[in-house]
Amino acid sequence: MKTQTATLIETVAEKTIHISGAEAVIHCLLAENVDLIYGYPGGAIMPVYDELYKYQDKLHHVLTRHEQGATHMAQGYARATGKVGVAIATSGPGATNFVTGIADAQIDSTPMVCITGQVPRHLLGSDAFQETDIVGISMPVTKWNYQITKASEIPEIFAKAFYIARSGRPGPVLIDITKNAQFETFDFEYKKCTEVRSYKPKPKVNSDQLAAAAELINAAKKPMIVFGQGIILGEAEDEFKAFIEKTGIPSAWTILGLSALPTEHPLNVGMVGMHGNYGPNRLTNECDTLIAIGMRFDDRVTGDLNTYAKQAKIIHFEIDPAEVDKNVKTDVAVLGDVKETLAEILPLVNPNSYPNWLEEFKKHATIEFDKVIKKDLYPEKDGLTMGEVLKEINNATNGDAIIVTDVGQHQMVACRYAKFNQTKSNITSGGLGTMGFALPAAIGAKMGTPQREVVAIIGDGGYQMTIQELGTILQTNAAVKIIVLNNEYLGMVRQWQQLFFDRRYASTEMVNPDFVTIAKGYHIEASRVAKREELAGAVKAMIASDKAYFLEVCVEKEDNVFPMIPSGASVSDIRLS
Amino acid sequence: MEEQKTFTVSIYTENNVGLLNRVSSIFLKRHINIEGLTTSRSEIEDVNRFIIVAKMTEVQVKKIVTQLEKQIEVIRAYYHTDDETIFQESALFKISNEHLYDEVIQRKLKFRQANIVTLTEDFFVIEASGSKEHVDKLYDRLKPYGLMQFVRSGRIAITRDKMQISELLQEL
Ligand SMILES: Cc1ncc(C[n+]2csc(CCOP(=O)(O)OP(=O)(O)O)c2C)c(N)n1
Ligand SMILES: [Mg+2]
Repeated sequence: MKTQTATLIETVAEKTIHISGAEAVIHCLLAENVDLIYGYPGGAIMPVYDELYKYQDKLHHVLTRHEQGATHMAQGYARATGKVGVAIATSGPGATNFVTGIADAQIDSTPMVCITGQVPRHLLGSDAFQETDIVGISMPVTKWNYQITKASEIPEIFAKAFYIARSGRPGPVLIDITKNAQFETFDFEYKKCTEVRSYKPKPKVNSDQLAAAAELINAAKKPMIVFGQGIILGEAEDEFKAFIEKTGIPSAWTILGLSALPTEHPLNVGMVGMHGNYGPNRLTNECDTLIAIGMRFDDRVTGDLNTYAKQAKIIHFEIDPAEVDKNVKTDVAVLGDVKETLAEILPLVNPNSYPNWLEEFKKHATIEFDKVIKKDLYPEKDGLTMGEVLKEINNATNGDAIIVTDVGQHQMVACRYAKFNQTKSNITSGGLGTMGFALPAAIGAKMGTPQREVVAIIGDGGYQMTIQELGTILQTNAAVKIIVLNNEYLGMVRQWQQLFFDRRYASTEMVNPDFVTIAKGYHIEASRVAKREELAGAVKAMIASDKAYFLEVCVEKEDNVFPMIPSGASVSDIRLS
Repeated sequence: MEEQKTFTVSIYTENNVGLLNRVSSIFLKRHINIEGLTTSRSEIEDVNRFIIVAKMTEVQVKKIVTQLEKQIEVIRAYYHTDDETIFQESALFKISNEHLYDEVIQRKLKFRQANIVTLTEDFFVIEASGSKEHVDKLYDRLKPYGLMQFVRSGRIAITRDKMQISELLQEL
């Protein structure tokens, strides 16, 4: 298959062929090494689907059950593989159903190319059947978008789209293709894009910035690192590890930085942010130097900016100049791809270690263990906790699985407790917090990395937002493991209602269907567990299965996730109960 | 809170249909009201320029400029204060012919504070260019004559300092 594709690209590159716009779309995708796309057909994209039929041995199309599912699958695929995910849909409702996934990919910097059909050029602007201005609608949530109205534009625009989606700070690109452009024939020739004159994907590394940063780092007494997804997107895990191991600096992660550094690494001090760990949150306001690497100081990380790390010198390693000084004023910004800047700063920093400072993190971890973690992982009450489910998943997978989470309490618990040995293993909707993300994203992740175990952890609420994608599992046999942590509540919202709205549980209680029967209806093996003594066995059985598997765990209804920094409060005011 | 000032933001871009939307939404999304917007070709071939006038703080305008430059088809963006720019606006006033010989109007024309661009049987049109204040003053003087129509342009501006255009040219 590989060689077939390679020769095809060669022939395409060598000579011009006379083909339709629709067929050109397929050739462009093959030239970009795409072998899997997710989508849903409809009138305005039918010419491309007709070509997909003809090329099905070279380009596999996965029929999803909803266009939102297609975007999240493409995202899951991209996050697990590092490659560009591709989704395709028709005009009008097909295109608008893409919007949530595109917005999610934009805020979480996921490389994705979305293709939508559009009414023929002569009908544009006439309110034709299934016409929507998807270019206008998606403009604020795409890295770039473009409407193709002539077949001859296809090769150049596709080449540009893939280049833009994957380079620099990655992101989603949308290409809208009018139907006439799909039918027209033209002389096709494909050239990969390596440059767009108005776009500089990576700032040039500046040696003065490196020197200034190294000076601050070498002088620090209580330095702390907060790293984000930039490490993963830049594939800089090795450079990062070398940097922290030489400098000995305690390193905390944002939710999207999770898995860039193995959980067990001695310098891994946990998660920052609203439901992060006690130590890294509190010590943010005690460190003397805060080194932010490939992260963007999201408000869920910083809490109140007026009381955030005011005592510290701030160093920011960042690829996107628009992020520097956006939320937190930096003392030294090190612009550039972290793979380059971390490698280049390594010879400039002194070998060091901070045993007393690291001890501070350990002390905080002990407090958190006594007040929070013990109850989560080794509960003495009857009801099951989400934490102990995670403990059993860790036991069964040894930290080698890709964990895909939805949004809510289960997500926070999973990110707090899941163990990771390798990078690109934590896939969650961070910036947008899109309920319904996990099931389709897990399908995409599994298809992108079939050799890996993929476990989706989902709440009973979010599961029902994209539950129809069980149909995609049925049709493709994607061996995804699905755990629903059923608390019969929109738990995270209920927690806020309990803590900040005097327990007025407005519309957060869920009357749920029989999830096991539903999974079985899709011919997916399924079971339910509600007792502690059955939990470990149930999780093991699920992981042992080589097919898709659904497990519902009935957990305590009104458990809360702690620690917690109340919205708008200071990181110092993190609550343990 | 930092003081709000009027800034002129100059944006050099590729020539692309959708860009106006992308550019203006960067202001609107932050609740910054665009007071003037002009778009035209620039001194560089195939490069367009937007000039946007808006009131905000310097911290805000800096962030806006980096957000603008982040857009794929934006080549460069700059901001300037009023002191750093030479700027003009122009306006057209349509007035009924019965006022053509009124003293105020004749005086304005005589001292070249405005020019007649059209004269018909029923009305005449006066054009004036200059600072916003100049146009505002003229408006106040002419309003009593019952303006049949009035329109003013967005700001066009040129910086006092040398812009790093040569640097920009080199990049392209
Ligand atoms: C699409 C969408 N709608 C609403 C929300 C707001 N929201 C955040 S968490 C949450 C509750 C999620 O409930 P569930 O999926 O059962 O997970 P739990 O918190 O109970 O673990 C809601 C409604 C959201 N994040 N996404
Ligand atoms: Mg729930």
